[in-house]
Amino acid sequence: MSAESAPRRSGRRYPAVVRGVIGIAVFIGLAQAVGASGLVKQSVLPLMSTVLARASGLAGNTRFIADMGATLAGWALGLGITIVIGVPLGLLLGSVPVVRVATRAIVEFLRPIPSVALILPVELLLGPGLRTAATLIVYGGMWPILYNTMAGLDDVDPVAKDTLRAFGFGRLAVIRHVSLPSAAPFIATGIRIASAVALILDVGTGYLTGRIAGPGIGAFIADANSGSGNTPLVLGAVIWAGLLGVVLNLLLVWAERRLLPWHRTSLGYADLTTARAPAAAP
Amino acid sequence: MRRLGWLSRWVVLACGVGLWQLLADWRHSAFFPPPSTIASAMHRQWFSGPASHLFLTPDATGNILPSLGRILLGLAIIVVTGIPAGLAIGRSPVLTDFLDPLLQFFRSIPVVTAAPVFIALFKIGTQMEVATIVAGTIWPLLLNTIDGARSIDSVQVETARAFRYSAWEKVRWLIFPAALPKIFTGLRLSVSLSLILMVFAELIGSTDGIGYEMNNANQSFDLTGLWEGVVLLGILGYLMNGILYLVESRVLAWHRSARQGAS
Amino acid sequence: MLEITGLSRAYGQGAAAHLAITDITLSVADGELLTIVGPSGCGKSTLLRCVGGLLAPSSGTVVLNGTPVTRVPDRLAVVFQDYSRSLYPWLSVGDNVALPLRRTVRSRAERRDAAAAALAAVGLAGQRSRYPWQLSGGMQQRVAIARALACDPVLLLMDEPFGSVDAQTREDLEDLLLAVRAERGITILLVTHDIDESVYTGDRVVVLTPGPGRIRAVLPVTLPAPRDQTATKELPEFVKLRAEVSRLVRARGAVPQAG
Repeated sequence: MSAESAPRRSGRRYPAVVRGVIGIAVFIGLAQAVGASGLVKQSVLPLMSTVLARASGLAGNTRFIADMGATLAGWALGLGITIVIGVPLGLLLGSVPVVRVATRAIVEFLRPIPSVALILPVELLLGPGLRTAATLIVYGGMWPILYNTMAGLDDVDPVAKDTLRAFGFGRLAVIRHVSLPSAAPFIATGIRIASAVALILDVGTGYLTGRIAGPGIGAFIADANSGSGNTPLVLGAVIWAGLLGVVLNLLLVWAERRLLPWHRTSLGYADLTTARAPAAAP
Repeated sequence: MRRLGWLSRWVVLACGVGLWQLLADWRHSAFFPPPSTIASAMHRQWFSGPASHLFLTPDATGNILPSLGRILLGLAIIVVTGIPAGLAIGRSPVLTDFLDPLLQFFRSIPVVTAAPVFIALFKIGTQMEVATIVAGTIWPLLLNTIDGARSIDSVQVETARAFRYSAWEKVRWLIFPAALPKIFTGLRLSVSLSLILMVFAELIGSTDGIGYEMNNANQSFDLTGLWEGVVLLGILGYLMNGILYLVESRVLAWHRSARQGAS
Repeated sequence: MLEITGLSRAYGQGAAAHLAITDITLSVADGELLTIVGPSGCGKSTLLRCVGGLLAPSSGTVVLNGTPVTRVPDRLAVVFQDYSRSLYPWLSVGDNVALPLRRTVRSRAERRDAAAAALAAVGLAGQRSRYPWQLSGGMQQRVAIARALACDPVLLLMDEPFGSVDAQTREDLEDLLLAVRAERGITILLVTHDIDESVYTGDRVVVLTPGPGRIRAVLPVTLPAPRDQTATKELPEFVKLRAEVSRLVRARGAVPQAG
């Protein structure tokens, strides 16, 4: 019997949601107060009210809406391709011992390369446009999915596999009935990481290549930042990008809960944690 | 057996590089120069300096060092601010309730947007770059620290109460060590992100640095130069992960062994 | 040295309130080993925590050596059941034992000596630089006991300390407890669900009713000292006491006047 020791979520009078909303309100209020008090020059950091006004204005801006749609489409397309290629590939590579070791090694060396660094060479190779963005997103998202899928396969209980094999099931059936469900939570985490990476690359590429590459939030921010710059507009667009990120994350959590009902999927920060620590020294 | 695993990855790397070399020599492509070309270009540009300067050329000291400096400064800032804040928030369920939606929102913002924001705010320069790195990398560290502080074993906490540890003693001997595994998880991610943000920030808002050099290479269609940058970043990322791994295995030796030893 | 008067503790509020213990009045003499036993859910652990200042009572008082207990008092030590979770895995055995001493004992050398002495007292001399998870369950619990002893407490509270070890180890630890008490004269409150243990180790046995826990009976243990696991348990006196406690623990219905 443990006494009141670990912090618990309080329940009764002030549910967590109310507190969260208060938190947001306090933050906005404080930001506005700091701005209005003149502590920070408005040319450096605009007033919160200006930013919020600009952000809500964007909701009616057809070009911005088109940009959001384009970014969303790029994300969906890129992530979709990555999942469709990456998960089976990871399962395949992870199932064959020699290939697994080799792939692991390649992944370990290619993973540290920041994908944004590849925006430039790929853009030179393929020219600005959807092809570049899609290539980068698929490349960037492939690593977390491959790594996590293979890590998930590693984690499968060998006893469970042997049990099924003892009943005469073939290798493919074992994968389908034991390995895949067991590895599924890891794969799901990999997808959430890949989703965050996809969004980053989508917006990042758009910003670097600009509007010639096509519509997108990145291009919009680049436009807003050009010339004398329009800081409130940039901040407003970033707020929308953040909201998009939140919505996409909620979407993935919802999907995960539907597909893996047995697994306690937390709303938490799965995309900010890795499946596991690096397995061995470099 | 473990030695074999360690060796095998270098064998794989060597094979991969060898394969690339063969392909590049066979199909001469301006877009994919062979590793030998890239390696010699890197040597020429960065590593052919005097021994007294660790073989670094002025180009290297003028670009690689500032980039590293920005990363290290950014990481230092997030460690010094993020860990204490994370521990405090994690131990206070009230504070967590208030801050959670706000934190969820901020960490969902694609990190690269920090760069345009800070260019708009601070204009070009080191201030903008460090701010970008800090703004992007603090989230994994902060949120994982909060998670670590929040999930401390209740019996350990009760023990601290029963022996009447002061607040500082609790932090030093219980909360911080108990949260350390999660802190390192966050740190690993923050370190990877720091590389990404450093490059991105320098691509758009800098007058020196690796990203700046890559930007120049881009504008003069110098693909070799671009690949040089990519390879260098890969090496830096690998080294940074490696150093972090070494530190982690030292500091968290008890953690791995305890989990293996647990019944 | 310990006076408990009318102690009650309820969890929750209003209609959903759950009364764990009620109307506990008890007096503990200096150097006494008092065992507290009862069926599951009788509030034994709650009682211990209230005595130790870890929980605030809903009503009633606890007075230790003349001072009312409002928070965890000085010179009190606790041993929990779950040693694997109570010892800190990032500290060596020696550091775990010495940690509570950091406030009172300034010099590192003195702390080390005190820890070494405590470890020797529980039979773990030489284990100082090992880590808790490298030790067996019984040894880990000894470390927890050593940690409690190192603070030189006047009152030792133990919450089912031997519940998680095997029977053999349990007997060894019971004897260790008796030896330590004989040597140092500490007052000990031992909560246990093991009836044999309560009679074997105790000077008096307090039997609680099922929840909400009241004192059903307080039985003096008239067994000779020193106790021996085999010899003492053969004595007819032991068998009789043990049976009496067992009857009281299993009894349902109204509480006879607490004695």
